[in-house]
Amino acid sequence: MSDTSFNAPPRRRFKVSRKFLPYVLSLPALLTCIGILIPFFTAVWYSLQRYRLSQPWNRGFNWGENYLNFMTDDAFWNTLQVSLTYAFFAVTAQLLLGLGIALLLQKRTMFNNFVSIMLLMPLMTAPALAALMWKLMTNPGFGILSYLASLIGLEDFRWASDPQTAMLTVVIVDVWVYTPFIMILLLAGLRSLPKQPFEAAALDGVPRLFVFWRITLPMLTPFLLTATLFRVIESIQQFDIIYAMTQGGPGNTLTVFQVEAYLNFFQSTNVGRSAALLMILWAITYVLSNIFIKNWLRLREKQRGEA
Amino acid sequence: MYDKEKQLAEDFVAKKIGRRDLIKGMSALGVTTALASTLVNAAATRALAQNGFNWRAHEGTTIKLLLNQHPYTDAMIANLENFKALTGMDVQYDVFPEDVYFDKVTAALSSRSSEYDAFMSGAYMTWTYGPAGWIDDLNEYIMDPSKTNPDYNWEDVLEGVRKSCAWNGRPGGALGSDDAMQWCIPLAYEQNNLTYNKRVFDANGLSVPTDLDSLVDTAAAAKTAMGDGYGIGVRGSRSWATIHPGFLSGYSNFGQSDLTVAGDGTLSAAMNTDVSRNFHSKWVEMIQNSGAPDWSTHTWYQVGTDVGAGKSAMMFDADILGYFMNGAGNAEAGNLAFSAFKANPDAAAPTPNIWIWAMAMSSFSTKKDATWYFLQWVTGPEHQLFGAQDMDLVNPARSSVWADEMFRNKLSASYSGYVDMHDVSAPGASIKFTAQPLFFDLTTEWAAMLQRMVAGEVPVDEGLDMLAESVNSQLAEAGLR
Repeated sequence: MSDTSFNAPPRRRFKVSRKFLPYVLSLPALLTCIGILIPFFTAVWYSLQRYRLSQPWNRGFNWGENYLNFMTDDAFWNTLQVSLTYAFFAVTAQLLLGLGIALLLQKRTMFNNFVSIMLLMPLMTAPALAALMWKLMTNPGFGILSYLASLIGLEDFRWASDPQTAMLTVVIVDVWVYTPFIMILLLAGLRSLPKQPFEAAALDGVPRLFVFWRITLPMLTPFLLTATLFRVIESIQQFDIIYAMTQGGPGNTLTVFQVEAYLNFFQSTNVGRSAALLMILWAITYVLSNIFIKNWLRLREKQRGEA
Repeated sequence: MYDKEKQLAEDFVAKKIGRRDLIKGMSALGVTTALASTLVNAAATRALAQNGFNWRAHEGTTIKLLLNQHPYTDAMIANLENFKALTGMDVQYDVFPEDVYFDKVTAALSSRSSEYDAFMSGAYMTWTYGPAGWIDDLNEYIMDPSKTNPDYNWEDVLEGVRKSCAWNGRPGGALGSDDAMQWCIPLAYEQNNLTYNKRVFDANGLSVPTDLDSLVDTAAAAKTAMGDGYGIGVRGSRSWATIHPGFLSGYSNFGQSDLTVAGDGTLSAAMNTDVSRNFHSKWVEMIQNSGAPDWSTHTWYQVGTDVGAGKSAMMFDADILGYFMNGAGNAEAGNLAFSAFKANPDAAAPTPNIWIWAMAMSSFSTKKDATWYFLQWVTGPEHQLFGAQDMDLVNPARSSVWADEMFRNKLSASYSGYVDMHDVSAPGASIKFTAQPLFFDLTTEWAAMLQRMVAGEVPVDEGLDMLAESVNSQLAEAGLR
């Protein structure tokens, strides 16, 4: 056997001077930022134009007229209201349920660990598929949920087909899909809390409700805020569940931002209005994120100070 | 090996023998109907190659198509080898399901991509694609004898269907006008008529409705008789697609239109007239009393599968949807029957609004002449006949195919009343919408308002006034009023 490595040319090592190393290391992040910023500024550019693909002769800058039109546009205010309502109810329900389940599974046992893994299953389902699954389950003709509703006297319960119950239906689907996300985050938070305060409270015979309100909840607040931040941002941008179930209907019951923007672009080819809607959505998301992050930082500082 | 059979097929294509002799001869040689049909199609392709037109002018060129998942596409793909053999060209294609198909088309065209040379389109979509400069006017190819084979026979394409694909680009401009551009060429089309479950109708002594009032009454009676099911399937989702089938076909039969076009070309909403209010009231009542409980989420798919599964007694929708639901695999296969429907008792004939699947050429194609070779072949009489006889290319857009005995017999044998329905309603079949760039905005809003009326959120009169006001405001904003 010959040793081929003996004759191989010495490997050349690519050296980066220390001066450029920080730039090279930050290059991936820079490229990612460029990939985000180009579409962002393109959308800003379009949002300032009267731009409908089917009327190319009409294209031109209207310098914010798209935004001004929203002020007197009932459809826009309806979209804003529907989006915020959806986000509020979906996230509130998810927080309550997620927290409840996390508290139930807090103790490390084999059973609890198994259940917590099983409960992640909805999170593994694509939201659009979950919506279609729920659409079948709520079908008035053969849906299992419609059948169960009829057993408790709700004979003609029309779920997403009825403007009165459409919001409730899509919120239920959202809750089904995303509650495990909050549950797992809070469960990790609960299990990482220091044991001493709880042991001290147990020695003093402090009631469990008092422990929850005065010890568990304050210590868990950073986790709650993080979970809420993620879920609010995602809920206010909801598209797939609502579009797959109702396309924004009945009437204008569920025309949230993303559905409205999607229809404006892909169906009406009204690029200007679609971009302006998304800019408003971005602004709302930005403000909400800042509020949450500021509160989260404030809490962290407070906890550090107390520690 | 197949010399005698091939000769028979060639004699038939050359019109030396009739269909009866062809079938007799093929049977004597032990050839099945399917194989006979394939041999005739191959002979037709060979005949096409000998019509003096240089089919091989673009030999070696490859074109790419964007296609929607549909039986029309299946027919196209099944016959593609004949096109390749005829021209020496290669054809590649991407097929997407309908849910995402038009998003893909919009994305490809708006980005000015040259990836696809031609694509399937609906006629309504060309009202966006044409003015945007994304597709070519095909008149320049059709009218050019150096580019179009002498057997293409453009006039053979049904007039209402052909004209529905042509628009001059002026908002409110009449479809098929002399100055219209041919934005696409029809592959096949759908008329909106009644498909009813004959078994249910016979068992319950129901008569086929003949106007809107009897439709409302029959739907209610059918619902009562069926127990678990419901009377009539019509679309209801929050989409323009809810307006264009049965709804607009019935509506236009009363002489109503979506918009009025003034002498100066400006447009105004026309859906709040007295006749329209009356029509809307009856339509809403029909859905409330006898429609699907989850009507507001019903697309063509649910409407079709429900009648095929025996959940609804009838549907007022695309005739070809009934055609497919009457086939094997459906609970009610063989039980569905068809009837031309005129909603207005005083109308002379049905006036169905139509949906057309057509082929359009991308303006960004770099192989336009070669692409036109494919377009003229796929919309030509030979492929249309093959599709109609051997595949499920219903309803073909050519009158010569509708005159074909074998095709008519095939339909009549398994689809009760289909041929009669077609023949009665075809003369009045065309697109009834006003061509204009806000088509999708206004019809989607119309559907959303219809949903609110059916849900009882807003009375019909008030809803139509609100709709008209909003439509007028949008038209004004877009400079069309």
